[in-house]
Amino acid sequence: MSELIEQLRKDVRFIEGLNSCINCGVCTAICPAAQFYEYDPRQIADTLQRGNEEEIERLMKSDTIWYCGECLSCKTRCPRGNTPGYLIQALRNLAQQTGFYAFSERGRQQLEIKRRIGDNMLKYGYCVYVDEINTDYHPEQGPVWDWYRQNTGTILKRLGANYRGDGAGTLRVISESDLTELRSIFDKTGALKQFEDIEKMADD
Amino acid sequence: MIKDGKEQVWPDYQKEIAPDNYYYARSCIRQNFFPGSEETFLKIVGKVLGKEIYDDPHQTTCTGIAYHSGIIPMETTMTVVARQFSLMNDAGYKNFLASCVTSFGIYTEIIETWEHFPETFEKTKDYLIRATGRSFKLPENLAHTSDIIYKFRNEIASMAKIRLVNKHTGKPLRVVEHIGCHYAKIFPKKGVGGAEFPKVLTGMIETWGGEVIDYPERRHCCGFGFRNYIVKENRGYSLSNTKKKFDSMEPYKPDFIVTNCPGCTFFLDRWQYVLAESEGKTYDDNGYGIPVLTYEEMAGLVLGFDPWEMGMQLHQVSVETLLDKMDVCYDRNKKYLGYEDQPIGSPEEPEVLKV
Repeated sequence: MSELIEQLRKDVRFIEGLNSCINCGVCTAICPAAQFYEYDPRQIADTLQRGNEEEIERLMKSDTIWYCGECLSCKTRCPRGNTPGYLIQALRNLAQQTGFYAFSERGRQQLEIKRRIGDNMLKYGYCVYVDEINTDYHPEQGPVWDWYRQNTGTILKRLGANYRGDGAGTLRVISESDLTELRSIFDKTGALKQFEDIEKMADD
Repeated sequence: MIKDGKEQVWPDYQKEIAPDNYYYARSCIRQNFFPGSEETFLKIVGKVLGKEIYDDPHQTTCTGIAYHSGIIPMETTMTVVARQFSLMNDAGYKNFLASCVTSFGIYTEIIETWEHFPETFEKTKDYLIRATGRSFKLPENLAHTSDIIYKFRNEIASMAKIRLVNKHTGKPLRVVEHIGCHYAKIFPKKGVGGAEFPKVLTGMIETWGGEVIDYPERRHCCGFGFRNYIVKENRGYSLSNTKKKFDSMEPYKPDFIVTNCPGCTFFLDRWQYVLAESEGKTYDDNGYGIPVLTYEEMAGLVLGFDPWEMGMQLHQVSVETLLDKMDVCYDRNKKYLGYEDQPIGSPEEPEVLKV
């Protein structure tokens, strides 16, 4: 058996995601990513089912595995209970463990996502936080966002939020003790190591 | 819609929704982008319906956005979910309520994974105790916040100040409902009506007097796509998906759109602004766009809440066209005020999209 397949089989999403693909293409028909990219989830399932080591390595080094939007519409539709979206999750995970993700432009975007989402979680306990979002990087937010950012405190107070406050409520400060538990989970389960690896790969 | 098919599968897609005593797990996206909706939900459930609901200061992100962007291992998400359940246990609750559709999908997926792969459950327990000293028990009931509003739609109707009816024509307002993909596409039996005939929003709309629009791309993803939106260079994916929905719904002339997902609400609102400014295209007859509401905003209007106290001024597509059709009593001059009517100016007006 392919060594990469053996590695993938350690991921429950691979086990859950690939039963027996009949190549009907329903997943591709329903897939939003397939409509806008050169992307075909049917081919992903087929490649993994064939189990050719070189093909799988080529796939993991390509942009292809990074196109999926993880809407998981494929899970609803597959007549054989496969889930190409889960297979993508397993491939992305292994691509980062092996370093293959750095071979593709889309894969290298993990650095941007780590810095935009990962660092927020460790700093605030939220995956996004109003103070970090501006219309330079997010022009689609529109002028209403600029107004909101210029007046965040008073607008949120009007709406009954607890912005930067202690205790419960919308956009409260998450206490240091709670953040310590969250960071400890990230440490023990390998997320901090993954963050370090992503940063190190960018330096190299 | 094939009614016979619906009748056959419908009994399989009912879900049990706890009647009271909820542990409330907040949404990162909603707190930041639609902060008034979470407060409105708490007000409806706690004060209007008189239910017990606990807003825990110790909760954190569920990590869902990071998980679906592939920057953290599955074990991290499992253990953060386990901690959230541990917090619920500490607070003495058994009914877990997720405010975010991505989170709801995460909690559902993790519980299913623990059932299918018991070794992952044992591993998570070990991670959690080593990281935090905590242990946990699973919730007895897991629901999304839109399930709660759906469950009590008739009670809300009985207290309604306004119905979803066009005051000019006397006809039902025409509503596009959009269900977040992770509400029922991953685990159809965990959503009211499943993935084929989701009832969670249509139940509210029809009970409150509106008419649901069926259109070709009704079940298409809003286009969030996680990393396809987060990274600026990838956003064409997100915009294109949402445009596909707008193009499909436009001929049916919706009065408004309502969604049950934080991301969907955001994209259906903001991409209308982008399409107006970049292509000169708006999707209504008068250049204002189609208002996009959360289900709490829709329920709040029905209950007579002030739109600005619910934060509807933070939409980029203005909502006044809908408020006027519904005959909502509101003060246009109070839209852009701060706390205790503090004057804080108003946002710049877009060049094309009217506000």
